[in-house]
Amino acid sequence: MSAPLLEAARLQLRFGAVRALDGVDIEIFPGEVVAIVGESGSGKSTLLRVLAGAMNAEAGTVLYRDAEGEAHDVHALTEAGRRKLMRSDWGFVHQNARDGLRMGISAGGNVGERLMAAGDRNYAHIRAEAAEWMARVEMDPARIDEPPKNFSGGMQQRLQIARCLVTSPRLVFMDEPTGGLDVSVQARLLDLIRGLVSQLGLAVFFVTHDIAAARLLAHRIVVMRHGRIVEEGLADRVLDDPRHAYTQLLVSSVLAA
Amino acid sequence: MYVAVKGGDAAISAAHGWLAQRRRGDESLPELSPAQIEEQLGLAVDRVIAEGSCHDRALAALAIKQARGDLIEAAFLLRAYRNTLSRFAACEPIDTGAMRVQRRISATYKDLPGGQVLGPTFDYTHRLLDFALAAEGLPPAEPEEADAAEATMPRVTELLAREGLMSRDAPGTDEAPPDLTREPLPFPTPRPLRLQSLARGDEGFLLGLGYSTQRGYGNAHPFVAELRMGEVEVMLAPAELGFAVSIGDIAVTECQMVNQFAGSAASPPQFTRGYGLAMGHGERRAMAMALVDRALMAQEMGEEATAPAQDAEFVLLHADNVEATGFVEHLKLPHHVDFQSELEKLRSIRARWQADRDAAPIQEAAE
Amino acid sequence: MNAITPRNAPGNTPEHAYNFAYLDEATKRMIRRAILKAIAIPGHQIPFGAREMPLPYGWGTGGIQVTAAILGPRDVLKVIDQGADDTTNAVSIRRFFARVANVETTTRTAEATIIQTRHRIPERPLTEGQVMVFQVPMPEPLFRLEPRLAETRRLHALGDYSLAQVRLYEDIARQGESGSAYNHPVMVGGRYLMSPSPIPGFDNPKLHNSPALMLFGAGREKKIYAVPPYTEVRSLDFEDHPFKPMRAPQCCSACGSATSYLDEIVADDQGGRIFVCSDTDHCAETQGQ
Repeated sequence: MSAPLLEAARLQLRFGAVRALDGVDIEIFPGEVVAIVGESGSGKSTLLRVLAGAMNAEAGTVLYRDAEGEAHDVHALTEAGRRKLMRSDWGFVHQNARDGLRMGISAGGNVGERLMAAGDRNYAHIRAEAAEWMARVEMDPARIDEPPKNFSGGMQQRLQIARCLVTSPRLVFMDEPTGGLDVSVQARLLDLIRGLVSQLGLAVFFVTHDIAAARLLAHRIVVMRHGRIVEEGLADRVLDDPRHAYTQLLVSSVLAA
Repeated sequence: MYVAVKGGDAAISAAHGWLAQRRRGDESLPELSPAQIEEQLGLAVDRVIAEGSCHDRALAALAIKQARGDLIEAAFLLRAYRNTLSRFAACEPIDTGAMRVQRRISATYKDLPGGQVLGPTFDYTHRLLDFALAAEGLPPAEPEEADAAEATMPRVTELLAREGLMSRDAPGTDEAPPDLTREPLPFPTPRPLRLQSLARGDEGFLLGLGYSTQRGYGNAHPFVAELRMGEVEVMLAPAELGFAVSIGDIAVTECQMVNQFAGSAASPPQFTRGYGLAMGHGERRAMAMALVDRALMAQEMGEEATAPAQDAEFVLLHADNVEATGFVEHLKLPHHVDFQSELEKLRSIRARWQADRDAAPIQEAAE
Repeated sequence: MNAITPRNAPGNTPEHAYNFAYLDEATKRMIRRAILKAIAIPGHQIPFGAREMPLPYGWGTGGIQVTAAILGPRDVLKVIDQGADDTTNAVSIRRFFARVANVETTTRTAEATIIQTRHRIPERPLTEGQVMVFQVPMPEPLFRLEPRLAETRRLHALGDYSLAQVRLYEDIARQGESGSAYNHPVMVGGRYLMSPSPIPGFDNPKLHNSPALMLFGAGREKKIYAVPPYTEVRSLDFEDHPFKPMRAPQCCSACGSATSYLDEIVADDQGGRIFVCSDTDHCAETQGQ
C-alpha cells in the first residue's frame, strides 16, 4: 500500500480544563473514506479543524503528502501555503452552507471562484465547468445565475460540494454535511456523495454523529470520546462487532432508532 | 464652443468676494470681534479646539468668525493651521488629579471626598427661552461660589481600584506616545491612538455611537463614576533644562465611565472604565467618548463584538469630521468624465439587453 | 495657550509664512520615502502620515501632498480635473502651487514636468521624465467587496484576488460585460491589484508600459502607490472577454477628433447633445493643426 495521504500524531489540545484532543493519532490513505464519529463534544469537529490546519494543536504533528510525494507539516505552513493547499489539493464542506458559500454571488460564481483562484481566466471555460459540476451534483444547470438563497438547504449543500470538487482535490474534509437536513434529503445527499467519492477516488475525512451515514459512506471508522480515539477499524467490523463499550452504546442507539 | 464649469478662475474670485460679503452680513449692525466670540460663544470655541486638535481659543474664535459659524469648517481651518506649526516637544502627561476643579460630579456616590461641585452647567436649567437675553442689558448677578475649589479631589475610580473592584490601566512607559497626526492609524489600533482619534472625533458621531451602546447595540451598563472640568497645568521638560517647567494652564473635561466586566479565566469579575477627555468644556463629548472607548475594548476583553460602536475600523475611520465632510462634499466636484463612461456603459449594456430580447423567439399573441 | 504667534498675522503674507510648496521639509522627506517605497513595490499601497492640508479631504489632498513633496523650483506644473485645465478644482490647485511654490505652470501637456490630475490621463502620449500625480479618493481596489482594511491587506499579501475576478464573472453573467466604467482595477507587474483612481476605462491602457512615472496619492486614506515607467499594467478581465476601453462613438465638435475621450454636453432642452474633447489641451492642439 502507498504512504498515507495525511497522517497526524500525538495531537493535544485543551480548551480551559476540557481536553478537546488527547493524544490523537490518525491517518488516511488515497481514495479512503474515514468517518470520525462520536457525540457532540467528543472532539470530532475540533479534530477535523486541526487536521485541515484551520486550528493549531498545542502538540503533535499533521503531515500531508502532495502529489509529488513530498511531505508538508501542515501547521508549519505559512498562511499563503495553507490557502494554496485549500484551493488546490483540499476541499472543506461545512455543515452550514453559509460558511462554505458566498451568499451574495450566483451559483456559477460560487463554483467558478475556485477555478479563478487557481488561475483560470477563461470565462466560457469557467462557466462550462460550473454548469457541468452543477449537473454532476444533480442541480439544474439552467439555474447557474441564481444566488444560493434561491436554493433549498439540500441544494445548497450540493452546491458547496460542487464548489469543492471543481478543482479536483485529493482530500476533502466534511463536517456533518447532512446535518440539519430532512431525513429523505439526507439519504439522497449521502447517495450522491458516495457516488462522487468512488468515481473520483477521493480521500474523505467525514465527521458525523450519524452512525447510519458512517455505515453508508465510510471504509474505516474512528470513534471519539472525550478527545480520545476509543476504537477504530474497518466500518463493518466496528459497526457489526463493536468492542468498546462506548461504541456499543453508539451503535445500539442507532439500532434502537 | 459651449463650456460648462470652465473659466473657473473668474468664477472662483467672484464666489470668494460674495462669500466675504455674506460673512459680514448687514453692515448697519456692529461687526463681531473674535474676542466676543471667545467670551460669549465659549462652548462653540471649545468644540472647535477639540475637533481642531489645537488648544488656542483665540485662533478658534477667529476660525468661527471666518467660517460664518460653521463649526466643522472652523475646525478644519484650525487643523490646517496647526499642521504648519513646528513640533518642539511633547508635554508631560497632564495631571487631572491636580485639576483646579470648576465642576465635578459623581453619579455613583451620593457624597465623596471633595464633594460634588455643580459648576457652570445647563443641567437643571429649564429649557425656556430667556427673552431677557434678547435685550442687551445688565450683567448677570455675581454667583455665590465662582472660584474654583482649591482642595485637590481624589478620583472616584481610584477609590474602586484600591479595593480591587476596578481594573487598573497598565502604567505608562517613558516611550513617546504614538501620534495620530504623524502616522496613519494601524489596525488593530492600540488604545492611545484610539483615544486620540476619539478625542478629535465629531461630537455628533460620538454621541450617536455612545447612545447606541446604551440602547442595546453593545451591551453597556455604564455609570458616570466621575465627570470633572477645570484647569490643569501643562508642564514641559525641555531637553536643555532637564526638568519640567509650567508653560500655562488649559481647561479640560474628563469623564470616567464605569462598566461591568464578567471576568474571564485570567481575570476576576470587576469594573472596567471607559475614558473620555475633551479639551475645553465639553461634557457631552467626554461622556460619549468614554462610552465608545469602553465599547472598543470588547475584543481585548474577549467580549462578543457585534455592535457598530465595538468595531474599531468602523468607528475610527469614520469619526473624523474634517475627513468626512471633505469626502462627502467632494461629490460636488465635477465627475462628468466618470459619469460619461457610465453613460456609455449603460448604453452598451442596454443595447445588449435589447438585442438578446429581439433575438429570443417571438411568442405569438394569443388571439 | 497663546505662546506661539500666528505666522500669518497681518503684515506677514502667506507667501512668506510657508515653506516652499507649503509642506515643511521633514514632511516632504517622509512623503518622498513613501514614494520611493511605492516605486520599489509597484502597485502596493504604502501608508504614510498624510497631513492636514488647507484644501478639503476628497478634493485632492493626496495628490497635492505628492506634488508638494516632489516639486522643485525648475518644474513646470500642469493641473487638470476631468481632463481640463480650466475646471474650478484644477484652477484652485494650480493657484495654490503658484502661490506657495511660485513655480511655472502650463496647460500644455508637452511642456509639463509634473501633471497633477483628477480622473483623466492626457491624450498626448507621455514621455520619459514626466511624472503623473493622480488624486485618489479610495486607494483600495477591493473596498466594495471587502470593507475591512485589515482583511484587504491580508488578501493583497496573499495575492488572493479571486474576489475581484468573481465580481467580474458576475457582471458578465448578468449583463454581458464588465460593470465598471471607470476605476476598473488593474494588475500591476503581475503581482498587485491596484485602483487606477477613477479614470475612465478608456485611459487604463495608457498606464501600461508608460515612459512616465505614475504616482498615486490618497490623502484621507493616507496611502501612496506608484507605477514606475515601463511597467506592465493589465486591466482585470477574462481571456475571452478582454477589457474594452470605451468612448462615445462621436467626433469632437470642436476639433473633429474621432479618437479622444469626449464629454457629452446637453446643448438644449430638446435633448440635443454635442460632444467635445475632455482634454482641453489636446483639443486646442488638434484645432491648431
